[in-house]
Amino acid sequence: MNWHSILNGTLRALVGREAIIYSLAAIGLNVHFGYTGLLNFGQVGFMAIGAYGVAISVTTWDVPLIVGVLIGVGAAVCLALLLGIPTLRLRADYLAIVTIAASEIFRFMMSAPSWRDVTGGSDGLTGFAGDFFDANPIPGGDYGFGPWHYSARDLWILSVGWVAVLLAVLLVRMLMHSPWGRIVKAIREDEDAVRSLGKNVYSYKMQSLVLGGVIGAVGGMFWMITQASITPGSFSTIPTFYAYAALILGGMARVWGPVVGAMIFWALLAFTQGILDEAVANDLIPSSIMDSNQAGNVRFILVGIGLVLLMVYRPQGIFGDRREIALGER
Amino acid sequence: MTDAPTDAPALALPDEALPDGARPNPFDQVRSSPGAPKPEPILVADEVRRRFGGLTAVDVRHLEVQREAITALIGPNGAGKTTFFNLLTGFDKPDTGSWTFDDRRLEGLGAHKIARTGMVRTFQLTKALARLSVMDNMKLGATEQLGENFFRALLPRLWNSQEKEIEARAVELLGRFNLTHMRDEYAGTLSGGQRKLLEMARALMAQPKLVMLDEPMAGVNPALAQTIIRHVAELRDEGLTVVFVEHDMDVVRTISDWVVVMSDGEIVAEGTHASIVTNPAVIDAYLGAHHGTPMDRAEQDRQLAEAEAAIEAERQAREEEA
Repeated sequence: MNWHSILNGTLRALVGREAIIYSLAAIGLNVHFGYTGLLNFGQVGFMAIGAYGVAISVTTWDVPLIVGVLIGVGAAVCLALLLGIPTLRLRADYLAIVTIAASEIFRFMMSAPSWRDVTGGSDGLTGFAGDFFDANPIPGGDYGFGPWHYSARDLWILSVGWVAVLLAVLLVRMLMHSPWGRIVKAIREDEDAVRSLGKNVYSYKMQSLVLGGVIGAVGGMFWMITQASITPGSFSTIPTFYAYAALILGGMARVWGPVVGAMIFWALLAFTQGILDEAVANDLIPSSIMDSNQAGNVRFILVGIGLVLLMVYRPQGIFGDRREIALGER
Repeated sequence: MTDAPTDAPALALPDEALPDGARPNPFDQVRSSPGAPKPEPILVADEVRRRFGGLTAVDVRHLEVQREAITALIGPNGAGKTTFFNLLTGFDKPDTGSWTFDDRRLEGLGAHKIARTGMVRTFQLTKALARLSVMDNMKLGATEQLGENFFRALLPRLWNSQEKEIEARAVELLGRFNLTHMRDEYAGTLSGGQRKLLEMARALMAQPKLVMLDEPMAGVNPALAQTIIRHVAELRDEGLTVVFVEHDMDVVRTISDWVVVMSDGEIVAEGTHASIVTNPAVIDAYLGAHHGTPMDRAEQDRQLAEAEAAIEAERQAREEEA
């Protein structure tokens, strides 16, 4: 067993690209579900519309990337309004159904052959991220220390990503410590009580849906820009639930919960992957039981078991407050 | 807040602007019959009707609520009191009906808009916001907060001073309601009675002209209930109008200036507490049967005692439930 490489991989995953993508997605979900109580099962839809907003506008209209990013944000705002207008007056479960359906509809639309000229169909699009890598001010070379050694390109990706995460955390923190945040949290507890105090609950839920959606969309953009290509297949229902896993792991309604949750989630996946790979390679697990491909799936089972254990022994997540969980059950 | 400074200038005002007590009683000239006009109504409801399938839950032809007075709304379970509250405050839509508050038409307005006109309600099943601190619950009640706007929320210096004012007001109210020691606890850790108090205090944070309290004393211990009654009377003397639903006839007797009785969705009687308890329509409403023969004094007293016992039993049953 090469423990050194297992540990290296784990530590790199802790601050890796996936951790950034899912931090942003989970921060958005935290705004929706953790703070406002909006059950959004289609966060990936916001990620997809943000990413496609960038990719399509840059490849079709040849706009600069930064304009594409603004268009992506605008598209996410529109999606939030579109989903929110019919559902936010209804019970929470309706939003869940509509968001998961909308994200699937969007994915199928993007893979449809009919609009292949614009969307690239199931092959997706490339060649929209040039501006991002051209803007890299870091001269070539090898940077970092210990397990964290990066090329100039990777360092640029991670720096931009973590700055985006930091800004999102800061924004959420400021909002949640303001009277605006107080209303939103109160809506999570009891809408009617908030309404009886003269607050326009519908409007606040809409603002929260837009905010969380835009943060998720930024995550989606970062994902696709940094891999310099986009395919509709990436936006299955799975990323939404990874983001939920990260959020629950870190602790809901905590500013840093989703970030730490996403880091640990991906570190755990890398760790179990490393162990299983090594075990299979060294015949500690006979290939008749598991080959290296299967190992990749087994790690999700292990992480799943880990999450179950977390729910049993620490339902509030890493940062959460146990008293809040107990109160929620009343 | 002491009585003396608020009372002194009030005495100089013209008679009809004064609430009752030692001063002229606004209800002196009001007849004790359903729909009786009041000298200074703040809330006027007409033909408010609500059906649930075949059941007519509320059918109020006319009701006027006197300004700066305490009006009790009583009636047996299922009489439609809470539904009526819901209709007036926009939490339910009536099939027909119109009502004005402070001469403003309210029908068709959403609940939050009605609350903003100055008519704030509480709920029978208490809605303490469990995972917010008691202080945050209180602050939420304040209206027109600058920091409630998304963009202004990002600039704390715009709303910090207002937040401090709100906090000071909240501290003062929490003191009145014996909740000071709980200010930093989650509201979910409060007892049932404390939640009732918190909800009432939170409603007062909105500085309403009229509060509608749905069973404010249910589950509150009698000693504390007395304190609350005093506070409510003080608030009335400071110019607040109160409408409350209550089953505890002791509370109704101590505090209400006027009593409105509902039964099967209709208003069957109105009057002072003294006139209500001897009203045959009220005894009917509670006991479900009226013998139609003239009653002697002993019979009246017996039925009255029965009615009060029934109400008391009901209250206790509910307390045990809670």
